Amino acid sequence: MEFPSEYKYTKDHEWVRVEGDVAVVGITEFAQSELGDLVFVDLPLVGKSVATHQTLCVVESTKAASDVYSPLAGTVAERNDALADDPGLINRTPYTEGWIVKLSGVSHAEIAGLMSAEEYKNLVTK
Amino acid sequence: MKKTPLYDEHLRLNGKIVEFAGWQMPVQYSGVVAEHVAVRERVGLFDVSHMGEIWVTGPNAEKALDYMTCNKVTSLYDGKAHYSAILNERGGVVDDIIVYRGSQERFLICVNASNADKDFEWLTKHNPTDAKIVNASAEYGQIAVQGPKAIELVTPLVTGADLSTLKYFHFVECEILDSPVIVARTGYTGEDGVEIFVKAEKTVEVWRLLLENGAVQGVLPCGLGARDSLRLEAALPLHGHELSEDITALESGLGWIVKFDKGDFIGKEALLTQQAAVLPKKLVGFYLDEAGIARQGDTVATPEGTQIGVVASGTKTPTVNKALGMAFVETPYAALDTKITFVVRGRAIAGHVVPLPFYKRSK
Repeated sequence: MEFPSEYKYTKDHEWVRVEGDVAVVGITEFAQSELGDLVFVDLPLVGKSVATHQTLCVVESTKAASDVYSPLAGTVAERNDALADDPGLINRTPYTEGWIVKLSGVSHAEIAGLMSAEEYKNLVTK
Repeated sequence: MKKTPLYDEHLRLNGKIVEFAGWQMPVQYSGVVAEHVAVRERVGLFDVSHMGEIWVTGPNAEKALDYMTCNKVTSLYDGKAHYSAILNERGGVVDDIIVYRGSQERFLICVNASNADKDFEWLTKHNPTDAKIVNASAEYGQIAVQGPKAIELVTPLVTGADLSTLKYFHFVECEILDSPVIVARTGYTGEDGVEIFVKAEKTVEVWRLLLENGAVQGVLPCGLGARDSLRLEAALPLHGHELSEDITALESGLGWIVKFDKGDFIGKEALLTQQAAVLPKKLVGFYLDEAGIARQGDTVATPEGTQIGVVASGTKTPTVNKALGMAFVETPYAALDTKITFVVRGRAIAGHVVPLPFYKRSK
């Protein structure tokens, strides 16, 4: 199981990657394997403001719907519309093409406070 | 928490174990979509050992069952099975079952895992005769082999019967690996296939035999996730979703197994009364016309927002590849193509009523 070292993580199994002024957000490989094959992603509208831990979107397998929480406070600057046609991108490439949203207006201090790859790996593999 | 005889096999096959009806069962192995597709296109193996088996025997067995189940037991013959239900006095569904006639004095009933103990108690309590009722659930493992290549896989492994000529909803008592089995041409996926009742202690060997021999056909072990998406596409009801003690068999669309032309049976009077009036609600199929998934418990409303029902089962399924499901709606809204909406997480999603099933195999 992969844990890219340049990413930050949450205990709720989201990841964050800083890309210039925005934070790219997705769910981890561990999370997608727990959820199983995804068949629908209920994406937020661009421009939506989210608080930390607020529901960012809902990912659905055939069996269940699960909330994805925002790892940071910010505004949805962009969303991955490719997930509408192919939610399986999250299963196949959770850290790259399976990204969910890009958040703007985020606090770098808040990002620094998230878990490191090492810490997250310990959380899910112990 | 109970484990089936195949529990260690599931772990060995990397099955993801979840709790279901008090049992530790695999929800998936390789993935729900891959397993679903394997059953539609090739063949899949399911551990259904959690299902219950109850024997009803003795000179009055037929009479007892004809009174305690709604289908016409006297129309069965040796080697024939039928889908039926145990009803309560209100016509509600205690459980949906399959009744197998070994002989006029020997019937096997296969019941849902979640209801097995309740069913056994119910049958024992309501038995109008001296027929012997035995809960043999612990003695049997059960393996469902489902898919267009299921018969090709199982036929050469069986001695004492030719499965290729076994008709739908018929069964044979024969042998696999020198051990007695009951092989029934039934299933819960909408595909051809069989369900094999095997001695609990022999279940692992038969499972491995099927898995190894099935490599040629591209067999996959399949979990409860695929079982649910397959049965939903085929519009096969699930107790606790489409069926309940508080919803009558007629409201759930089981009228075709309620035989009013036989003698008295539990629930008959209530259903006769209901049949003479207009049903308050009906089970319908639906598609969503906008993005989203409606699931069990979600409210069904008119486009104007008046609540008219509730979703019984819903998801987006692999073969049909649409968000679909079954819902109870007030009868005036049950006609095909009626526009209805679904309240999902506070948002209204448009949909419409469609015919069932969603998927029908080509013969």
